[in-house]
Parts: sequence; structure tokens; C-alpha cells
Amino acid sequence: MSAIQFWTTIFIVISFAVYIYIAWRSRVKETAGFYVAGQGIPTVANGAAVAADWMSAASFISMAGLIAFLGYDGAIYLMGWTGGYVLLALLLAPYLRKWGKFTVPEFVGDRYSELVRTIAAGAAILISFTYVVGQMRGGGIVFSRFLNLPVAGGVAVAAAIIFTYAVLGGMKGITWTQVAQYTVLIVAYLIPAFAIAQTITGFPIPQISFGSVLAELNALSIEFGLDSYTEPFTARPQIDVFLVTMSLMIGTAGLPHVIIRFYTTKSVRGARYSAFWALLFISLLYSTAPAVGAFAKFNILDGVGGTAATELPDWVDSWEATGLVIVNPEAETIESISNNPDDGADLTVDNDILVLANPEIAGLPAPVVGLVAAGGMAAAMSTAAGLLLVISSSASHDFYFRRIKKGHASESEKLLVGRLAMAGAVVIAVIGGINPPAFVAQVVAFAFGLGAASFFPTLVLGIFWKRCNAKGAAAGMSAGLVFTATYMIWSLYISPGSTVFDISPEGIGTIGALVNFAVAIIVSKSTEPPPEDLMELVENMRYPAVTRRDVRPASPTKDQAPNTELGGA
Amino acid sequence: MSESRQPEAPEDDWREQYWKRNLRLMVGLLVVWFAVSFGAGILFVEQLNEIVIADFPLGFWFAQQGAIYTFVVLILIYALRMDRLDAEFGVDERDAEGKRL
Repeated sequence: MSAIQFWTTIFIVISFAVYIYIAWRSRVKETAGFYVAGQGIPTVANGAAVAADWMSAASFISMAGLIAFLGYDGAIYLMGWTGGYVLLALLLAPYLRKWGKFTVPEFVGDRYSELVRTIAAGAAILISFTYVVGQMRGGGIVFSRFLNLPVAGGVAVAAAIIFTYAVLGGMKGITWTQVAQYTVLIVAYLIPAFAIAQTITGFPIPQISFGSVLAELNALSIEFGLDSYTEPFTARPQIDVFLVTMSLMIGTAGLPHVIIRFYTTKSVRGARYSAFWALLFISLLYSTAPAVGAFAKFNILDGVGGTAATELPDWVDSWEATGLVIVNPEAETIESISNNPDDGADLTVDNDILVLANPEIAGLPAPVVGLVAAGGMAAAMSTAAGLLLVISSSASHDFYFRRIKKGHASESEKLLVGRLAMAGAVVIAVIGGINPPAFVAQVVAFAFGLGAASFFPTLVLGIFWKRCNAKGAAAGMSAGLVFTATYMIWSLYISPGSTVFDISPEGIGTIGALVNFAVAIIVSKSTEPPPEDLMELVENMRYPAVTRRDVRPASPTKDQAPNTELGGA
Repeated sequence: MSESRQPEAPEDDWREQYWKRNLRLMVGLLVVWFAVSFGAGILFVEQLNEIVIADFPLGFWFAQQGAIYTFVVLILIYALRMDRLDAEFGVDERDAEGKRL
């Protein structure tokens, strides 16, 4: 067993033991605890849990590498996956928390109709499944790469751990485990980033120091036949960068596993601050990633480019064994570099290895490599657990109880069905993770477009426009979904590569959302308004408190003033 | 405080005022949200890249760093300002002892 394997095993075993211990401490006995953690999670902890839930194996392992090869255009992910939280905090989270139910489909079911609830529950399950399969796969790859276990074994071990704490603790167990997982993943991300910044520039804060390599990076990139690093719109035209960024933002705000996290706070105010803490924690990684990407690319071009194929640095050799770094056997000196094996470049570097190889490139000791592996596992497992909870709550709460049992069930029956649904979801996720359907990698990226075109407009209209009715919402949601899915299928499969106005399939979600808004507004306007009592419920969503205190200037102290019923009536 | 709210004012007057001030704050913050990300980071990135500050082309910096920091600050401003607005209109959430939740 190598030193790296030894330290990876140590860190993974310790971190898993901590997760199981936390789950045991926070096991739950009632449905509110299972679905929304009894609405008793402090805001900072909830923010950390949202951050861990949000940042998947892709954010942790692949994003920096992707940015390294995209240069400026990598900003679509950086802005797209953070800007959505502004929309979430200002437009959705506080109001949905005030409505105070367990799931996203439950809100649209109450606000609109059972039909809309069913569409929403179906969409929530579909989006979450495509996502969770990718996470299982990511966790399995970390296992297999660092511990030499087969991928299937790795997936099964990761799933067994998630299953234990998700079934035991439900949302409460998942939330507290995610707080621990956030800590592991952010430490594992920042230590190598600080070290590599120090090595290359002599200043340890990567966010500040990566500017000093940009000019040289631009020059090197051009020398090796790549696009200038800071030059915009090299990978995508401007209109597409705009639309993809928007689609990722509104998709983020519409993803059920993110929204559901704001149901767990103590109050409406807690939901607002949770969004702040969540984005602060997320931004620690997201502001570091572009620096890691720039440094890694600089290292590769500066350290590898132009050298003889026989004199490459050690990390190239050790990663060549994994098949993720390929040196063209015909190359004598490295004169071209790519991330795509089909390009036939002298050196091919997979996006995924940059973060994982960083500690080695920076010459950090084996324990740090082990920590990075544990961080990748934490990122994959925390996201998978959150997604599994959405699948389980949508299936048990929205389908089984609302549709089959018509709302009549005892507390213990509800909890049992919730746990069974979770177990079923884990089993399907393991099978999917071991044999991922070929389209999964693409579908994950497109889940955002579908989320953008379906959930976001329906939720925003439901909160901000009382006049929006069930027919409008159902028509808007269906139109948005059908339009977006049709364009994606057309552009990807029927007529591959063809686009309208340079709009890529990733960016079409923005247009799909506009279609949803337009159809919902037109159909609502031309049909009868929602009932009075429902409009009053929507009105009440605007005010955080249940009862309003009298705050007229005449009253001496606020707390002695008599309470008046909110809304007067 | 709100001098405009006289005892004889209609019962629902405060609702409209509260909502209007909430919307005004929200729209203001969303304008900044759009300006830093889509404005500085995408639409005007080429012009801003002509300006280089601390080795960073400015447009590139907004797209990969500045926009993210601004988003965090925007949410903080929203949460703080809404605290004040809620308290002013008496719709803040308090527990039995009158402590803020």
C-alpha cells in the first residue's frame, strides 16, 4: 500500500465515522424531523448544509479543470451557479418558508391544483435522479482511483453510508452531516490552493495572486495553439454566454433540492440569512476555483510544454497510469496540449485531474492528497443525500399520501413510508451509479435548463402575482418544459450541432422560462381568477409574522402593544 | 418611523406600504445583480478588459471574481434591510418572550 493509499484510507475512514456518529446523535422519530428537520436548524449551520448540498462532485473535482481549459468563458459556471442564490434569497426562499410546508410540489399543489402538484412532483423526481446518479458515480471514482477498489464496490460503500444516515436521521441527520461534510470539503479545497499560490507567486491568497500569472498565461496559451486565457467568447458566442449564465442562475433557483433547504430554518428571517451564509460558504470555493484553474494551466504549459517527452515531471507519470493524462507516443517534445483525446495533441489532460493532482503538482505531502480524496467524497455524498431526500419526500409525501391515501395516514405510517422510499431511491441510485445510462453526463447539465423552464417561473408567479391561477400555471409549466426539451432533443440528437441564433441547448432554458412566463400570464388572464380565500393566503405569504404587532407611534413600547390579526380580516 | 400611518388610516394601508418598500428594495438589488454579472461580466467585458487593475483585466475580474463577491453582499444587504422593514411594520417574528427568531 502506497503512502497516498494509506492516508486516503485514514481520512476516508475517519470522516465516515464522524458522519455516522452525527447521524446517530440526530436520529428522528417524527415526520417533521424527517422532512424538514423540525424547522430547528440554526442559520449558519443551515447555510453550511446548503453549501455542501449544492457543491457536488462536479464543483469540487471538475470545475477548476473546466475553467482552466475554457479561460474567461468558464465564468458561465462561476456566475451561473452563484448568481442564482440572489434570486433564491430575494424572490423565493422567505416566501416559501412562510408558506411552511414540506416539499416544493406541496406549495404548487396548495397554490394551484393537484394537477400542477403531480407535474411538479414528477419533475422533481426526474431532475433529482439524473443528478444523483452522477454523484454516485463521482464517489465511486474517488474510491476506485485512490484505493484501487472496483468502481462498483466504491459506489456500494458510498451508498451504504448515505443510506445509514439518511434513513436514521432524515433531513435532520442529513443537515448536520452536511455541516461536517462542508468543513471537510472546503479545508481539502483551500489547503492545496493556498500552497500552490504560494509556490507559484509567493503570495498565498489565490484570489488575489492569480492575476500575476494572467499575462504570462495568455502568452503561453497562444504559443501552444490555445485561445488567449482572458479573451472573452472563445468557446461560446456572447449571446450564448449570456443565455447559459441566465439559464444556470434561474435553474439554480428552481432546483427542488436547494429550495427545500430553506424549509428547515426556524423563521422567515432565518431563511434570508441562511441564503446569505450559504452563498458566503459557496463563494469560498467558487472564488478559489478560477485561481486553481489558472495556476494549474500555467503549471502545465510552463512545466510541461516544450519539454522532451522523456523528461516530463513526476506527476505526469503517476497520473498517466489512470488514463487521465495521455502522452502521445509519437511526440518527442510536447508542443500542443488539449483536454480532448480526439484532438490528437501531444499531451491530453482530463479536466477532472487538475484538482486531484494539484497537491502533487505543488509538491505537497501524501496526507494532503488523502484529505483531497476525502473532500471529493464529502462533496459527492452530501449532494447525493440531499437529492435522495427530495426523491423520497416527493414520492412518499406528494404521490403516496396526497394521491393514493388522500391525506389519511398516521404519523408512524408516514415515517415508515418516507424511509422505505429513501431505501428504494438509494437502491436505484446505486444501480444507476454502477451502470450510468449513456446520456447521464449530458442530462445533468440540462437538468438546469429544465428546472429554469419549469419551477422558477411557476414559483415566482405563484408568489408575486395573486391573479395567476391553476390553469395558467399548468399551461405555462407544460409549455416551458415541452419547448425546452424539444429544442434540446432537436439540437443534440435529431440534427446534432444545429442551433437557432447560436443558442446552445444549455442556454435554451432561459427562453423556455420566458415561454413559461408568457403562457402562464396569457392563460391566467383569459380564465377566471383564483378564489378569494386563496388570494388572501398568497397575500399572507408576504408578511413574516403570524400576527402583526401594533407599531403606531402612540404606543410606548412595542412588546406591550396588543397583537392584531395579520391581514385584519 | 411611519408618521403617515394615522389611526384612521384604512386597515390595509400598511400592507400596501410594506409591500411597496419590499419591492423597491428588491428591484434595486436586482438591478445591481444584473449590472455586475450580465453588464460588467458579459455585455461590456471587452471594453472593461482594456482597463487592467492589479494585473487583472477588469471585465475578466468581474466575470470570475467580482460578480460572486457582489452577490454575497447583495443578499446580506437584503437580509439586514428586511429586518428593519419588518420591525418598522411590526411583522417581525418573535417568540413568547419577544425575542427575535
